[in-house]
Amino acid sequence: MAQTVPSGDNTLLRDAIPVRKIGRVERFLGPENYRIMQGLMKTPASITGFSLVLLFVLIAVFAPLIVPPVGKDPYSIPRDGFKSDPQPMGTEWKRNVPDKPFWFAITGQEKWTHIFGTSEGQYDIFYGIIWGTRTAFYAGLIVTISTLLLGIVYGSIAAYYGGWVDMILMRIVDVLSILPGVLAALILAAILTPLIGKSTVPVMVALIAFGWMGYSRFIRADILSVRERDYILAARVVGVQDSRILFQHILPNAIFPTLILASMAIGDVVLSFAGLSFLGVGVEIGYADWGQLLSFARNWITSLNTYWYIIAWPGFFLVLFVMGWNLIGDALRDVLDPRMRGKT
Amino acid sequence: MINYIIRRLLLVPLLLFGVTILIFGMLSFLQPVERLALYMRDFPKNEKVVPALIAKYDLDKPIYVQYWNWLWGKVDETGKRDGGILFGNFGYSRSASQPVVELIQRRFPATLELTIWAVAPVVLVGIWLGVQAAVHHNGWIDQAARIFSIVGTSFPTFVFGLLMLMIFYANLQWFPPGRLSDEFSKIVESATFHRYTTLITFDALLNGRFDIFLDALRHLIMPILTLSYINWATFLRVTRGSMLETLRMEYVTTARAKGLPERDVIYKHAQPNAMLPVVTLAGFSVVGLLAGAVITETVFNYPGIGSAAVRAATSLDVVAMLGFALFDGFILIVAALVVDILYALVDPRVRLS
Repeated sequence: MAQTVPSGDNTLLRDAIPVRKIGRVERFLGPENYRIMQGLMKTPASITGFSLVLLFVLIAVFAPLIVPPVGKDPYSIPRDGFKSDPQPMGTEWKRNVPDKPFWFAITGQEKWTHIFGTSEGQYDIFYGIIWGTRTAFYAGLIVTISTLLLGIVYGSIAAYYGGWVDMILMRIVDVLSILPGVLAALILAAILTPLIGKSTVPVMVALIAFGWMGYSRFIRADILSVRERDYILAARVVGVQDSRILFQHILPNAIFPTLILASMAIGDVVLSFAGLSFLGVGVEIGYADWGQLLSFARNWITSLNTYWYIIAWPGFFLVLFVMGWNLIGDALRDVLDPRMRGKT
Repeated sequence: MINYIIRRLLLVPLLLFGVTILIFGMLSFLQPVERLALYMRDFPKNEKVVPALIAKYDLDKPIYVQYWNWLWGKVDETGKRDGGILFGNFGYSRSASQPVVELIQRRFPATLELTIWAVAPVVLVGIWLGVQAAVHHNGWIDQAARIFSIVGTSFPTFVFGLLMLMIFYANLQWFPPGRLSDEFSKIVESATFHRYTTLITFDALLNGRFDIFLDALRHLIMPILTLSYINWATFLRVTRGSMLETLRMEYVTTARAKGLPERDVIYKHAQPNAMLPVVTLAGFSVVGLLAGAVITETVFNYPGIGSAAVRAATSLDVVAMLGFALFDGFILIVAALVVDILYALVDPRVRLS
């Protein structure tokens, strides 16, 4: 029997117990986040989602390079004349022409044409779509973040204080949730528009006012379950302040599901915003917004077979945008759903 | 059970009170003069009269006095009541040039009719799709359903509606927008046509006019398809999830082990139990339709309560909008009560908790 001399290296140990190599990225992110990231990178659906959103981020950021702004307000779509009939794709752009963008050098183009045609009143559809991407991000992110914050603060207060405070606060949530979201937002936006003036603000305020209740219910339920854990009791025993317990111990552990919910809601918010502006509430006519562009089609329903491009292009971009966010949200839910854990 | 129903019933007045407060709250964004203008059919030209009128209707009084007047109306010395939404006095709609209550009476049957015809395609087909996706978990039906539900939730109602109009109206001329063709609406309005139910499809059958029935149905098809399409994605997701969970239960395995045919296992043992969350969803979807499918009705120019609300909103007819909100709030509160009680009847876990 040969005696094994301790050699100082642990080859034997390494061979006996297979050790997984931990890469730099995993070390940096931590095991849990790394697992989530891996999950997100694996499915074709989420990759498509991320690519779509990235594409739209690029369009929004480089809007002035793609179509240089015309006039004082870049968000008002330039009009090529005042004729009412939509003009087909590829018609020459005569009045209010933007400057030459960088990509004319690549395509060898000399003059601007209406790439996607013009809508009723000669609003250029391509311009509206490109600059409308900014409006979509702007409205989607502001409304989602505001509703999220409002919902979290409200729900945490209700859950933390409990008792009759919780009772009253949650009944208020019940009352606000009775009316269908679109109708409630429509009414509030219509009342606010004359007071604030035509802009994106009334619709965003209306969507925020009737959009936060879901988050507050969600975070409340999660806080109520986290509150009963032993480590909260431990913190209380040690004598940690109430606010510190809430913000440092309970919230970080309860907030995650609500954040997923928010990531899935961005698409919905953009849809509601476009819907309201399609119905004619909120922004001024000719504002670069997808819903607004689509609303021009409402007067041409009988001749949509000729003027198909006035709904096809704005509709296509709106669907892709929302789908991008929905795909990400879907993938996130699959990765983060506790019941799915360990199954990927 | 009775305990639960009583507790649930007690919530109703509270919610109704809350909704009136909410709607009155929206109204109080406006200045007294603006609120006066809302409720006066002919706004006085003489500006000196305005302060007197504001004082007469207590528009300068504290907010709770105004709320009470709005709710209960103002009774003068002769006992004549002025206003008061509790007595059905919702005010006068400027955009429709008629009292709001009459406007609702005229518009609601159309929405009711659409809802009645849309229930089966929306709910039953939605559930069927979900069950199929779950039964063929990860099969091609499931994958197709998954893609459909993602595309479905991303596709805005109005884009879908416009596309339908483009294909089925502008190109094929199959299904027109609106509620009835012109030649038939004259007949329906005339005295010889008896309006038993105010729902055109049923009235047409009762009058023996099959051609009118078919015409009304032809107008309903596009809105129904649109409503089905936007609701299917949700039904699919909820039914599929619930069904998958149920199929993993041990009693399902037991049923299979007993040698029951797969068809019985799925449709007799699993499905009824998987339907619980779907029942709630179905209840609220139907009620949502009843409250007026705002965008769908507008796109198809369907003269229901939803398109009337949009018209009121775009012409800044605040009185009519708030009337619709009150009416919808009332319907939704009552319907939520019914859904909750039905749910408790179906699921013993609810009433025991």
